[in-house]
Amino acid sequence: MGLLSVAIWLPIVSGAVLLALGRDEQAHAVRWLALVAAVASFLVTIPLITGFDTGTAAMQFQESLPWITAFNVHYKLGVDGLSVWFVLLTAFITVIVVIAGWEVITERVNQYMGAFLLLSGLMIGVFSALDGLLFYVFFEATLIPMYIIIGVWGGPNRVYAAFKFFLYTLLGSLLMLVALIYLYIKSGGSFDILTWHKLPLPLHAQVLLFFAFFAAFSVKVPMWPVHTWLPDAHVEAPTGGSVVLAAIMLKLGAYGFLRFSMPIAPDASREWAVFIIGLSLVAVIYIGLVALVQQDMKKLIAYSSVAHMGFVTLGFFIFNELGVAGGIVQMIAHGFVSGAMFLCIGVLYDRVHSRQIADYGGVVNTMPKFTAFAVLFAMANCGLPGTAGFVGEWMVILGAVQANFWIGALAATALVFGAAYTLWMVKRVYFGAVANEHVKELADINAREFLMLALLAAAVLWMGVYPKPFTDVMQVSVTELLRHVATSKLN
Amino acid sequence: MNTSPTNTMNWLVIYPELLLLVMACVITLVDLWVRDPQRRPTLWLTQLTLAAVAAMHLAYFDSGLTMYGMQAMVVTDPMGHLLAFFAAVAMMISIAYAQHYLASRDMLKGEFFTLALFVYLGISVMVSANNFLVIYLGLELMSLSLYALTAMRRDHAPATEAAMKYFVLGALASGFLLYGLSMMYGATGSLDLGEVFKAIGTGRINKEVLVFGVVFVVAGLAFKLGAVPFHMWVPDVYQGAPTAVTLLIGGAPKLAAFAIIIRLLVEGMSGLAYDWQQMLVVLAVGSLVVGNLAAIAQTNLKRMLAYSTIAQMGFVLLGLSVGVVQGNTLSAGNAYSAAMFYIVTYVLTTLGTFGLILYLSSQGFESEELSDLSGLARRSPWLAGVMTVFMFSLAGVPPMVGFYAKLSILQALLATGQAGHIWLAVFAVLMSLVGAFYYLRVVKIMFFDEASRAEPLARGQGFSALLAVNGAAVLGFGLLPGGLMDLCRDAIIKALAT
Repeated sequence: MGLLSVAIWLPIVSGAVLLALGRDEQAHAVRWLALVAAVASFLVTIPLITGFDTGTAAMQFQESLPWITAFNVHYKLGVDGLSVWFVLLTAFITVIVVIAGWEVITERVNQYMGAFLLLSGLMIGVFSALDGLLFYVFFEATLIPMYIIIGVWGGPNRVYAAFKFFLYTLLGSLLMLVALIYLYIKSGGSFDILTWHKLPLPLHAQVLLFFAFFAAFSVKVPMWPVHTWLPDAHVEAPTGGSVVLAAIMLKLGAYGFLRFSMPIAPDASREWAVFIIGLSLVAVIYIGLVALVQQDMKKLIAYSSVAHMGFVTLGFFIFNELGVAGGIVQMIAHGFVSGAMFLCIGVLYDRVHSRQIADYGGVVNTMPKFTAFAVLFAMANCGLPGTAGFVGEWMVILGAVQANFWIGALAATALVFGAAYTLWMVKRVYFGAVANEHVKELADINAREFLMLALLAAAVLWMGVYPKPFTDVMQVSVTELLRHVATSKLN
Repeated sequence: MNTSPTNTMNWLVIYPELLLLVMACVITLVDLWVRDPQRRPTLWLTQLTLAAVAAMHLAYFDSGLTMYGMQAMVVTDPMGHLLAFFAAVAMMISIAYAQHYLASRDMLKGEFFTLALFVYLGISVMVSANNFLVIYLGLELMSLSLYALTAMRRDHAPATEAAMKYFVLGALASGFLLYGLSMMYGATGSLDLGEVFKAIGTGRINKEVLVFGVVFVVAGLAFKLGAVPFHMWVPDVYQGAPTAVTLLIGGAPKLAAFAIIIRLLVEGMSGLAYDWQQMLVVLAVGSLVVGNLAAIAQTNLKRMLAYSTIAQMGFVLLGLSVGVVQGNTLSAGNAYSAAMFYIVTYVLTTLGTFGLILYLSSQGFESEELSDLSGLARRSPWLAGVMTVFMFSLAGVPPMVGFYAKLSILQALLATGQAGHIWLAVFAVLMSLVGAFYYLRVVKIMFFDEASRAEPLARGQGFSALLAVNGAAVLGFGLLPGGLMDLCRDAIIKALAT
């Protein structure tokens, strides 16, 4: 068994064991078991980055076994510079989520922890699958645990949010399934993604494929105007669910653009790039304005996620190295920052049971340590230099200016909105005089909360100050991808 | 073609049916002396018989031979044996699930076992028929036994009503089928499937009569399969029949219906494929729309599953409708094996679903409403987990086996390379999105809602274990679907080769 298989199946198997054997009476043991499994799953992914050869764009750590012979499907795994960091990010966020749910979740603990571990393994599977069908199976299977997580541990309107989340995403991915089968038939019976990359296709077929993939991935990213499930899902999901949703699940969609849309339908991608860029700009500007007026903190961060993911798709479809690499860096950075923002809201919610901005004010007076973290993450969300949020946005804007000054200029204005809604929220929630009795009684974060926030803060600062390890890993792959996309596949 | 001479009896071919017939009679007699209220001797004898027949079919299947017997009235080929084997396993599972339910309702009598064996005998005859009349004989044997089973609960008005409806509409369908077959006979001068096939192939037969006949045959088959617009009986019968009998109706007979579609339309009338494929597409589209949309409105779980069955049959029909493309039969093996894989996995999932309803029903309480499932995840997490697996499988969400079934069908549709089929595939996935809604609702009711009932669920270790195995099979075939797919493909290709 290769490293990637271990990274996928270790959390899945341990999650399944927890689901099968855990009881609420043994909640304590279940928590520790989940933590051990999550940490172990993270540790096994570290050799992926330390042993990664940055000099090649080829797939590394490959594994391949025949899976369904009738359809020539293979259990084929591998990572390149585009995907390897997401494997680590997923495993890392899972550790954080387990810590975050430690005392908060008191009912059906084994199901909660089990679902997150399953989800972690499935998402790593999505990032490392090199077979179209295997990718689809992992991609779709992630819906099941997330549906349960939102529905069981979510807020008052959780059923609506869970259904909306599931059906929206399913609609997109079913159209993608048709596209995958179409590619299977066109390629003469292969589900191998790398074979599909080389497959020549006429333009009309490419356009149809492009839009089928677009249906799946734009919903997942989510891009404007199919983003409406995200605020609902975020508001209703428990903290852990929001963290995983924002930090990783949204990246599945963006990653799909890199792995499927762009290399398989390069001509259609170039043809329709303006369309995607347009939608992305709407997302960064309009959604930024929408975020400004939100009363609910979670909703605000949800909209901010849509805006930030707009930067990612914008970067991808301007087709230069700064843009694509910037988009990927932005994805990783957003994974840390949005995860951290949702955790901060979770910390407040656990104490006050409200997410309304109006219910807070002057939190810094009672929770100084916590506020320090929260302000750091808010700054990262605005894209302050020295934090993770800066690097990606800056690269994307540079790339955009290279391609077309006005696109860059419009994208840059979004930074202003980002700073505005984030800082205004910080001002209303954390600063000023103590607003009410609830805030007065707040206790500062305990060691557990300190640990999870400190881990994320370290990641945010590391990536902001020294992003080289991230960009080095992806550079060759990005160059190769752009070279591939620039070559026409028409015949 | 490795046939035996067609004018011999070749008894070997019908050993399984003979054994069944003998044992059905023996069991009827033995039961007269059984004093045990749980009917254990009868039960075990029935299960043993089915197991023996299943083993025989498996052995025949392994030999991979195609043989004709009873003067070419019956055929034994790998497809027939595989379907008969799956049907036997389905019957065994159904009876095992049904036992507790029947016993608690004073319905566990010898007749149940005898009739169940006759149902299976009918199925067994149908899957190995090579002659119009033998097909009809098997169909009637199965249907009549099922009517009787539905009516077994005499003092229960809905069950009696369901039985009446089932009988009247079933008789009408049989009439359709028989009428169509007589047309075919009139046109071709033979009841033998092989002869009919050859006669159509000559191209000298009056096309109008043939097409007229095919219309009635397809209508009759659509009735049995429960495809729109011949689906009216399905919801009422599924809901009205005692759940244990619904399980029998919804399980193994679907395999038989599939077998006779292959026998009649593919082996007998593939020369008319252009005509009947169009009809199947219409039936399929209707079934997908009506089944999925009507299922959303249901509050009764059995009725919802009935509509879901109609929708699922739409998928099977889609697979059956793309075997012959512009006179070319190259994709036939692919398309029909996809349909077969679909129906086999569908039966596996349905058995589990109804088994679970039986598990939840207790003395004097029918667990029929959707709301009866509420909060199941609290009362019994593993049971809710198993049901979740079934629901996601029916919805076609990976990694459950139902996903691969849908994948096979979609693949068969797209493989024809025709634009119309691509849009048909897109339509089918959109309808399965609608379907996902009501399957998800079941999961929602189990996991997100508060429990409406609180009494403990204890039905014996065996029942729980069987349900768990059924759930594990649906998940396991989803993780490794290759073997089952290859079996179906192998069987279909051999059936087409003769």
